[in-house]
Amino acid sequence: MADLSDLLALYRRLIAARLRAQLQYRTSFALDSTGMLLISFIDFLAILVIFANVPQLAGWTLPEVALLFAITGLTFAFTDLAIGHLDLFPQLIRDGNFDLLLIRPRGTLFQLLTADFQVRRLGKAIGALAVLAYALANLRIDWDPGRIAMLLLIVPTGVVIFASIWVATICIAFWSVDAREVSNAFTYGGQFLGQFPMNLYDRWLRRFLAYVVPIAFVAYFPALYILGKPDPIGLPEWLRFTSPLVALAAAFVASAVWRFGVRHYQSAGG
Amino acid sequence: MLPLSLRTDLEIARRGYQRYAAYPLATAAGAFTNIIFGLMRGSVLLALFAERQRIGAYDAAATITYVWLTQGLLNIVAIWGWQELALRVRTGDIATDLIRPMHPIRALLAAEYGRATYQLVFRGIPPVAVGVVAFHAALPSDALVWLAFFASLVLAVAVSFAFRMLYNLAAFWTTDTRGTMILALVVMTIFSGFTIPIQFFPPWLAAIAYATPFPAMVQIPVDIFVAATAGPPVLVALAGQLAWALAMLAASYGLFALGTRRLVVQGG
Repeated sequence: MADLSDLLALYRRLIAARLRAQLQYRTSFALDSTGMLLISFIDFLAILVIFANVPQLAGWTLPEVALLFAITGLTFAFTDLAIGHLDLFPQLIRDGNFDLLLIRPRGTLFQLLTADFQVRRLGKAIGALAVLAYALANLRIDWDPGRIAMLLLIVPTGVVIFASIWVATICIAFWSVDAREVSNAFTYGGQFLGQFPMNLYDRWLRRFLAYVVPIAFVAYFPALYILGKPDPIGLPEWLRFTSPLVALAAAFVASAVWRFGVRHYQSAGG
Repeated sequence: MLPLSLRTDLEIARRGYQRYAAYPLATAAGAFTNIIFGLMRGSVLLALFAERQRIGAYDAAATITYVWLTQGLLNIVAIWGWQELALRVRTGDIATDLIRPMHPIRALLAAEYGRATYQLVFRGIPPVAVGVVAFHAALPSDALVWLAFFASLVLAVAVSFAFRMLYNLAAFWTTDTRGTMILALVVMTIFSGFTIPIQFFPPWLAAIAYATPFPAMVQIPVDIFVAATAGPPVLVALAGQLAWALAMLAASYGLFALGTRRLVVQGG
C-alpha cells in the first residue's frame, strides 16, 4: 500500500501545482470556465427545443431526459477534468516525447494524467448540476435508501466507465497517430449517446455503443431504477444494479489495452 | 492567361488542399466519427416524428437528409473553429505575413477554399453517401437546386471564414483568444442550425437566429438542399449570404488594419 499512498501524495502535489499555475491568469480562467458552462447549456437548449415541439421523446418526458442529460453531463465533466488531457497524448508520440515517460520511475498513464489538468472544465459540471437540480425538482421520485445510494454511486461509476473508454480508445494512437480522432466517436460520442433514452436508438447501434461500449450503464440503467420506470426495451431489471461491476470490468479492459499499447510502442526515434 | 494575382490565389488554394490531403488516415478517422454522430443524431431527431408529421417545412425524410448533410458540412464550414491567425499574432509570426506582397487575409481566404474543397470531397461526401444508401436521405433531382446549393455553400464558407477572422483578430488586442473562441463557437453551433434545424426553434428564438450571420453558414444551404427554401426565396437567401460575406470580410480587413497599427513584435 506504500506505493499507492506515494502515488496519491504525488498526484496531489502535481495537480496542486497545475491549479496554482492556472489561477495566475484570472481573466482567462473566468472566460474559459464561462465558455465551458455555456457549452453545457447549449446542449441542454437543444433538448429544450426538441421538447418545445413534442410532449414526449420515445416515451420519456422532459424532466426524465433532463435526468439522463445531467447524469451523463456530470460524469463526463469530471472525466474530462481528470483525464481529458489524454487527447494530447498522440502529440507526445508524434514528437517522440513519449520516450521520456518510459524512462521515468512512475507508470506512463499516471504521468500523462498529471501532465495537465484544466480546472476550467469544471464549468461543464456546474451546467450539469443546474440541469440535475431542474430534473429532481420536476420529477416525483419515491426516495428511499436504495435510490439515494444509487444517485451517489452514479457519478463515480460513470466516471470510471467514461475514463476506461477514453483510455482504451486513445490507445489507437500507439498504432496510428493520425487515426486518433476515432477515439472522439466513443468519448464525445458516448456523451451524446448517453444524454438520450436508449430505446430511441436502433437495435444494432444500441448493442455496439450502449452495451459493448458500456454507455447505457452510465445513466440509462441507473436512471430507470431511480425513476422506477419499466425498461421500454424490456431488458431484465437486475441490469439496473450492474453498473459498478461493468465499471470494474471496463477499467480492467482499459488497463490491459493500455499495457498492450505501451508494449507495442515503437519510438519515432526523437 | 489569368492575371498574376489570380494565379497566386489558385496556387495558394492548391497548397491549402494539399496540406489536408497529406493525412488520409486522419481524414478516414474523422469521417468515421462524423458517421457515428450522424447515426445518433438521426435517431434522436427521427424520434420527434413519432409524435407529429412535420415541424415547419421539415418532415421525417427532410430531417434525415438534414442530419447527414450537416454531418458532411461541418468540416467544410469548420464548425469547430480555427485559431491559426490568432496564434500567428501571439507568436509574432504575423510579421512575416506582413512583408509578403499579398494581404494576409486574402492569402488565408485562398487557402481556405483549397481546404474547403478537400473537405467537400473527402469529409462531405462520405456521410451524405451513408445517409443516401442506408437511411434514404434524398438528393435533389433538379439541376438548378444543385447549382443554388453549391453557390450557397461557396458563400457559407466565406461567411464562416470571415467570422473566424473576426474572433482571431481579437488576438491583436488580447493574448487570451481561447475564451473568445469558445464563446464564438457556442453561439455558432446553435444559431447556425447545426445542432438542430432553426425551423424547430420557438418563433422568438428563430427570430434571434435569423438576425445573426450564423444561419448563412449551415441552415441556408441545407434549406436549399432539402427544398425547404425553393423558388424565388432562394435568390433572396443567396443575396443575404452574399451581403453577410461582404460585410464581414470588409469588417475583418478593417479590423486587421487597425490591429497592425498597434502591433508590436518583440525581437526577431
